[in-house]
Amino acid sequence: MDEFRLFPPQASPVAHEVDWLFFALTAITMFFCAVVFLPIAFFSIKYRRGSRADRSHPWSKSLLMESGWTVVPLVIAMGLFSWGAILYFHIETPPRNALQVQVIGKQWMWKLQHAEGKREINELHVPVGRTVSLTMTSQDVIHSFFVPAFRVKQDVVPGIYTSEWFQPTVPGQYHIFCAEYCGTNHSRMIGRVVVMEPIDYEKWLNSGEPGEAVALAGARLFRDRGCSGCHGANSKFHAPRLEGLYRKPVPLADGTFVNADDQYLRDSILQPGKQISAGYENIMPSYAGRLSEEEIMQLNAYLKSLGQQEAPSK
Amino acid sequence: MEAASLRSQPLVEQQFDDIKQQREAAKLGMWIFLATEVLFFGGLFLGYTVYRFTHGQIFVETSRKLDVILGGTNTAVLLVSSLLMALAVRAAKLDQRRLLTGLLIATAVLGGVFMTIKGVEYHKDYVDHLVPGTHFQWHGNEPQTAELFFWIYFAMTGLHAIHVTVGIGIILVLGLLSGLGKFSHGNHNTVEVAGLYWHFVDIVWVFLFPLLYLVGHR
Amino acid sequence: MITATEIDIKTQGDMAPENYLSVDHSISSWLLTKDHKRIGILYLWTILFFFVIAAVAAALMRIELLTPQGDLVTSDTYNKLFTIHGVLMVWFFLIPSIPAVLGNFVLPLMLGARDVAFPKLNLMSWYLFVAGGALALWSIVRGGVDTGWTFYTPYSTTYANTHVISMAAGVFVAGFSSIITGINFMVTTHKMRAPGLTWFRLPLFVWSLYATSLILVLATPVLAITLALMSVERFWGVGIFDPKLGGDPILFQHLFWFYSHPAVYIMILPGMGVISELITCFARKRIFGYGFVAAASMAIAVLGFLVWGHHMFVSSQSIYAGMVFSILSFLVAIPSAVKVFNWTATLHKGSIHFTTPMLYALSFIGLFTIGGLTGLFLAALAVDVHVTDTYFVVAHFHYIMVGGMVTAFMGGLHYWWPKITGRMYPELPGKLAALTTFLGFNLTFFPQFLLGYLGMPRRYHTYPAEFQAFNVLSTAGASILGIGYLLPLVYFIWALKKGRVAGPNPWRATGLEWQTPSPPPEHNFIKTPIVTEPPYSYSAEKDADLNLASI
Repeated sequence: MDEFRLFPPQASPVAHEVDWLFFALTAITMFFCAVVFLPIAFFSIKYRRGSRADRSHPWSKSLLMESGWTVVPLVIAMGLFSWGAILYFHIETPPRNALQVQVIGKQWMWKLQHAEGKREINELHVPVGRTVSLTMTSQDVIHSFFVPAFRVKQDVVPGIYTSEWFQPTVPGQYHIFCAEYCGTNHSRMIGRVVVMEPIDYEKWLNSGEPGEAVALAGARLFRDRGCSGCHGANSKFHAPRLEGLYRKPVPLADGTFVNADDQYLRDSILQPGKQISAGYENIMPSYAGRLSEEEIMQLNAYLKSLGQQEAPSK
Repeated sequence: MEAASLRSQPLVEQQFDDIKQQREAAKLGMWIFLATEVLFFGGLFLGYTVYRFTHGQIFVETSRKLDVILGGTNTAVLLVSSLLMALAVRAAKLDQRRLLTGLLIATAVLGGVFMTIKGVEYHKDYVDHLVPGTHFQWHGNEPQTAELFFWIYFAMTGLHAIHVTVGIGIILVLGLLSGLGKFSHGNHNTVEVAGLYWHFVDIVWVFLFPLLYLVGHR
Repeated sequence: MITATEIDIKTQGDMAPENYLSVDHSISSWLLTKDHKRIGILYLWTILFFFVIAAVAAALMRIELLTPQGDLVTSDTYNKLFTIHGVLMVWFFLIPSIPAVLGNFVLPLMLGARDVAFPKLNLMSWYLFVAGGALALWSIVRGGVDTGWTFYTPYSTTYANTHVISMAAGVFVAGFSSIITGINFMVTTHKMRAPGLTWFRLPLFVWSLYATSLILVLATPVLAITLALMSVERFWGVGIFDPKLGGDPILFQHLFWFYSHPAVYIMILPGMGVISELITCFARKRIFGYGFVAAASMAIAVLGFLVWGHHMFVSSQSIYAGMVFSILSFLVAIPSAVKVFNWTATLHKGSIHFTTPMLYALSFIGLFTIGGLTGLFLAALAVDVHVTDTYFVVAHFHYIMVGGMVTAFMGGLHYWWPKITGRMYPELPGKLAALTTFLGFNLTFFPQFLLGYLGMPRRYHTYPAEFQAFNVLSTAGASILGIGYLLPLVYFIWALKKGRVAGPNPWRATGLEWQTPSPPPEHNFIKTPIVTEPPYSYSAEKDADLNLASI
């Protein structure tokens, strides 16, 4: 991980794709540098003061040339835009059925938890070949989760969930950097991704103290904090049922729909009055300040697992 | 321009060729300054729009806490003061010195009335625990968002109040100068430029009033 | 040409007895001056002062980065150093550099005006600038600020333990000095042009200053209100940016970049204007595609307002917003490219003099081209995800701001130095400094592109050992760059007393500023000039054997 190199390791399919675009941009840069620098060098010699070059009939305008050097770069630029945008869309769309890892950034460390309950600090063990999806938030300031070997980076923002995914293809160890300035020890908020063979990963996952799976911890919270009192199956209160909710459109009181994603679940816990489901009263108390970021993530994981179940008939 | 002819016209500053150029320059300068001011308030309007969009319901509820009668009165006061200012500019152009002085003083007085009413309102908000900070109390939903609304309310009206105060100061000084006869014989440019500023202050309020006071009233 | 030289020698003999410098030597005549030329010089000394402090901060950072561990300063100190460097360089050096120094000095001269439209406001702008600078210095002296020049929330509002408010107040106040300068330049350009000086006879430097002023006037107030809101939020703990208070930290980024991206163009457009003056004069050619170069300035100013979101591709803004900002960012590259092509074409069939200003102009084209093209990497969404917030970005914007703007500023300062002081700078050390700067600059910043793609994040006090080699190269380059900037300081001061007397027009340049004695009289022109032809009426054919060095 620490030897000198000229080019970063390519440890995921996205890394290769980003590098192709990078090489194309480099080639275009060199082309335009040649287009500008070669004539400058040539004119500088030929038309240096006192040279005997022909200086008669100089041009000072040419619509043809102006349109040429406007349109050609424009076409190239639009091509580059499309390439970059398509690839960006790919990078920013998290795939389904990936390994879920929850990431909480705080000054100045990364706290990570696997779906099976295993916790890590500043390290992330993943099996080679599997897609890994991170759900991230911050406890304090803005951070940014950056793994150069995968060419991915995403700001980790307090108050909202962001996500990032990658598919490691080469076993090894790779840097994790915090890329958004976050205070005194910003440059020490670093870690490593350890990409392992699946067998080694299983071994690692089952080593040490067994942790409580995240969704199970969420289920426990759902009972202990009283959520099930209203949202549970036998509730006397008129509250929305949460089975089969995740990633489904939810009709709201104001007639619009919202997609029940991680952010929606989070907001509904912390700011229940923000988006009221159609047909329900705004009676839920806010849990802001009463749940830690980690607990909210556990509740979310539980709600997601409910999402796999059938929606109850009303 | 020769130096001699410059001295014969003491009103024209040395960098200008004639009074017309000077007048146009001052007016254009004020217009560009007002463009700056629009963008200055623009940041606050954007903040308002974002939170109105994401927390619309709470904004409607919090808005009801504001006193529409006082706000509406203030709107009327400012509109009338703008009218008086426009008449003052006319009086300056027609060289009606005493009328000009009177109109300027009246405009400034109305500005003062506006500030007084605003002060009464702020006091009421304070008594009702609506001033953001440790003193703030809210018994409805989402006190945090409600506090946010009042924070935006105080930021917008406070910034506007600073502008009104500056305007009152300028107009009072102009009234004084007019009393001393400074704006005679076509030297009405300063009054005109100050008028532009005052109308701007008025227009900002015309936007603030519905956004802050009227969203809660259907 | 011989006759012209003779005339010149005569004028040199009787240097205008009364010029703007000699009318009054008292300190109060400087501190209360309303003369745009003197205000330009006041600005020159002030920004030089801030440049030195910011450069020392940069030097300390580069020395620290020689080794991967943090061994020279603590992390807190390092964070304060890059904040000081950023804040002072952006707001107290680059933004006022060409507009407030060279622009103030030559804009009225180029327009054939006696002064700017509002001389008192012009002086007030300098005082505001000094007041803002004093606040910033006060904040540094009391212990500094560690937020970075971007003041991102909620770090700046809630978590930083440093003197954020006084620093923000300094920037706020200095912002109003920019606004006043912008208003002054716009009104002066609109209303005070000499007879016959139509819009399309304006020198391109005036066009670029006009475009710059437009940005100053429309973008700066947004920064002002944003910093004010941030400070109030920090002070009272209520506000709209911290999520703990129910706010949105991304809103701050939108507001901040709505100013700060156009501000990047404040930091390059005036430089482009200077280059147009230099290239034409020292190629003895009319500019190629005058209308396109002028229109490109305006296009950059307008499009520059619509691309702020490209600083936020990984900030959690929606991917569709990202795409809109990306396509607009590619578009804003086009007018810059048009300018570069037109400058290149201007050299065709010229008679090229490799004087010091011309060397700076050519190195500007080289560095700006690289800076601009690497901007495409950052506009391309997928690549930006990897390189944003790394040294790639650091290298890119230094190529634009230092390689571009500072190089143009040095070129312009050499070009107008004889007009400002009445004396020539020495040519040989001048050329040496220009070359040293060019080499030192590339050695400093080119390795940073590689570092960035390797993944080294910016604002890192310590870093993994694998990045050391490029950091050492960069620091070595910075020491050469430092020499390149120190040299002119030495010979400029020497030239004030010992330089050859320049005469009104040592470069045989067109443009109204050269039609009055050097240094100009207090009110610029003995007789108001009348303009009868388009700008840059040079003839390379006639000037093929002209030797400016011997004049």
